[in-house]
Amino acid sequence: MASVLILAAAGAAVAALLALRLWVVLHSRVLVPRQSLSLLVVAGSGGHTTEILRLLENLSNAYSPRHYIIADTDEMSAHKINSFELNRADRDPSTMLPEYYIHRIPRSREVQQSWLSTVLTTLYSMWLSFPLTHRVKPDLVLCNGPGTCVPICISALLLGILGIKKVIIVYVESICRVEHLSLSGKILFHLSDYFIVQWPALKEKYPKSVYLGRIV
Amino acid sequence: MKCVLVTVGTTSFDDLIACVSAHDTLQIIKGLGYSRLVLQIGRGKVVPEPFSTESFALDVYRYKDSLEEDLQKADLVISHAGAGSCLETLEKRKPLVVVVNEKLMNNHQLELAKQLYKDGHLFYCTCSTLPGLLQSMDLSTLKCFPPGQPEKFSAFLDKVVGLQK
Repeated sequence: MASVLILAAAGAAVAALLALRLWVVLHSRVLVPRQSLSLLVVAGSGGHTTEILRLLENLSNAYSPRHYIIADTDEMSAHKINSFELNRADRDPSTMLPEYYIHRIPRSREVQQSWLSTVLTTLYSMWLSFPLTHRVKPDLVLCNGPGTCVPICISALLLGILGIKKVIIVYVESICRVEHLSLSGKILFHLSDYFIVQWPALKEKYPKSVYLGRIV
Repeated sequence: MKCVLVTVGTTSFDDLIACVSAHDTLQIIKGLGYSRLVLQIGRGKVVPEPFSTESFALDVYRYKDSLEEDLQKADLVISHAGAGSCLETLEKRKPLVVVVNEKLMNNHQLELAKQLYKDGHLFYCTCSTLPGLLQSMDLSTLKCFPPGQPEKFSAFLDKVVGLQK
């Protein structure tokens, strides 16, 4: 009986420590002045990719290297990213070869997949996401809602909790979301450093979000 | 030569294709002064027969790498409620009619189309009300769609990550 109690107490202590550490990581907004920073973009699939590339179009070359993560079955996104990077390099001849990488992970949720299998595949993609995020160690993670972004953001958060690196997580909710957050949005609202919405109705519902008008 | 483009996106929307290619709808479209109808039908099962007469042409295809050229040429776009199609059309300043697929009512993409309709940027209907809308709508009442401001995002990001200019 006593050992069970001790175990429970130890478990509770670890959980409390982790929660505290999570709180600290989420609330530490120490501004590190920098000349450049590495960027991890979760492109996911379809419309999400188009939208996030439009956000990237205006970012300066200081955001380099750029790492893209796409779903492994998504040739369309790979194609869009390659042509986006080529265009960018063409427009600005002063830059050397654009420094970008495309990484692939399994989709964490196919459309209309059941909830239980969603949980299982999410755990599986977590297992794959962490080593990838750990290897890249980005300064900034940018995502806009494909299922793939949840395990990636949790991995980025883990880097902070473990004291490896504080990664800034910026989530931009898709322009499609006028009144309701996406499932990824609902989860990452609590886990991102900056959560950007594009419609006033969402800003009203989620006052802690950032509203800059329509940015795509 | 005025042209109407109908686009269903990456999936299919057979009811819409059947509706716009029906004899009565074609007459309405002709009556409005259009002489060309282009149908992008995705993987739909309804595949109207293309034809070309002196006064009217019907073109049909499943997909193109980019709709940009056809959008540019169109004087009116009739589209499914997909966010990508809606935004791309409005950015090109083309009059847009969004046709809602009633078989996909829970589709979250409807949120955007509905809002853009509320803001006066597009017309909004179902397949059954499309012919009536085509006859009654006044394209001049549509409000111009201001471009998005990605520069506000980059300025915000530069600030919060501590980027030194």
